[in-house]
Amino acid sequence: MDVDFRGVSYSIGARAILNDLSFTVRAGETLVLLGASGSGKTTALKMVNAMLYPTRGEVIVGGESTAKWNPIALRRKIGYVIQEGGLFPHMTVAANIGIVPRLENWDAGRVRERVDSVLNDVQMPPTEYASRSPRELSGGQRQRVGVARALAAGPGLLLFDEPFGALDPITRLEQQRQFLALRERYRTTSLFVTHDVGEALRLGTQVALLHSGKLQALAPPSEFRRLDNPYVKEFLACLET
Amino acid sequence: MPADLGARTLEHILLVVIATVAAAAIAIPAGIAISRRPGAARWTLGFASIAQTIPSLALLGFLLAVPVIGGIGKTPALIALILYALLPILRNTATGIAGVDPAVRESAIAMGMTNSQLLRIVELPLAAPTIMAGIRIATVTTVGTATIAAAIGGGGLGVLIFRGLASVDTREILAGAVPAAAMAIAADGGLGWLEHRLSRS
Repeated sequence: MDVDFRGVSYSIGARAILNDLSFTVRAGETLVLLGASGSGKTTALKMVNAMLYPTRGEVIVGGESTAKWNPIALRRKIGYVIQEGGLFPHMTVAANIGIVPRLENWDAGRVRERVDSVLNDVQMPPTEYASRSPRELSGGQRQRVGVARALAAGPGLLLFDEPFGALDPITRLEQQRQFLALRERYRTTSLFVTHDVGEALRLGTQVALLHSGKLQALAPPSEFRRLDNPYVKEFLACLET
Repeated sequence: MPADLGARTLEHILLVVIATVAAAAIAIPAGIAISRRPGAARWTLGFASIAQTIPSLALLGFLLAVPVIGGIGKTPALIALILYALLPILRNTATGIAGVDPAVRESAIAMGMTNSQLLRIVELPLAAPTIMAGIRIATVTTVGTATIAAAIGGGGLGVLIFRGLASVDTREILAGAVPAAAMAIAADGGLGWLEHRLSRS
C-alpha cells in the first residue's frame, strides 16, 4: 500500500504539531522520518494508521483517505513496531505473534504455520522461542518478536516508531541488518521514525527531515548527504562525531 | 459445643459468598466503566469510600429504618455486607486497568483491536492479579463484618457470639469466634494463592 500525505496539519489547541506536510511513499519504499524530539515525526506516523486524524489536509492510505477507512480494518492491514516491541507480557512469544491472524479468524493450523515462519524470518528458531514468555528474552530478542508480530498477518504497510532506540549499538546494528534483509524478502512499504541520522541513511530509500512539524528536506540517502539546508547539515554533523 | 454450630457456619459461609460474589458482579463492571471515564471515577469511588467509612453497626442500624431493603433479617444484612465489599474490588479493578503499560495498550489498539477485545485480551488478564487482591480483601473483611450481621437477624457465626455474650458463656463465644477467625485466615490464604497464580501466568 502506498501512503500520501496531502497538506497535513495537526494542532492541539493553539499549538501546531504538524504544519502543511506533503509527501508520498510509493509501494515498496522505506521512507524514514528523521527529526529531533518534538519535531512531530511520531505524530505523523500515527496519522497513517488512524491513531490520530489531521486537523487539516488528509492522509491517503492504499488509495483511500484515513477519514474514510474503518480504523479497525485499516490497522489490521498495517504492522506497527514500537520500542521493545510493546509485547503482551502475559502471553507467550507464539501467542503474541499470532494475535492479528487470530483476530482475523485464521484457523489454528494456519496461525501456527505462520508464527513459525515469521519466527524463522527473524532468526529465532520456533522450537526454542515459541513457548517462551517475553520476560525470558533480551531487549534485542523482544524487538525481533515485535517485528515478527508486525509481519504475521502479511501487512501491506509497516510502521516503525523508533524501534531500536533503546538498544545497545551492537544489537542495534544487528537489527538494522535484519531490517534490510527482511525488506529484500518482503518488499513491504515502510515508514520508519528515528532521530538517528546514521540509521536514517542506512535504512531509508527516502529520508524526510522534519523540524517543528515542517518538512525541511526529502531525498534519497545519497542526495540527502549533499543537501544545502541548515537543518540537514546540523544532523549530518552528528555523523562525524 | 453448641448444637447449631454446623448450621451457623454454613449460614456464615453463604452470607460471605453471596455478598462477595454480588459485590464483585457490581464492582468489576463498574471499575471497568470508570477506568474508561476518569470523570466518573471520582464520585463512584467517593460513594464506595463513604459506604466503607460508616461503622458497620451504625450501617446496620440505618438499614433497620429503610423500607423494602431494610428491616430485620437476611436481606438487610446482605445489603450491608455487599456495600462494604464494593470499595476494595471497585478500586482495585480501576487501578489494575489503569496500571496496564501504555505501550502495551497502544500496540493493542494499533494492531486493530476493538474496545472489547482490548479489554478481554489485554487489560483484564493483566489487571487480574490486582482485581483478585481486591476480592481477597473484600472477602476477609466480609467474614469479619458478617459476625455483626447477627445483630439484625442475619444469622451466621455471630449468633453464637452474641448469644455467648448475653449469657456470659465464654465457650459459646469462642465456638463462634474461633471458626470465624479460621474462616478469615483460610479465605486470605486460599485467595492469596489464587492471586499469586494469576500474577505468574
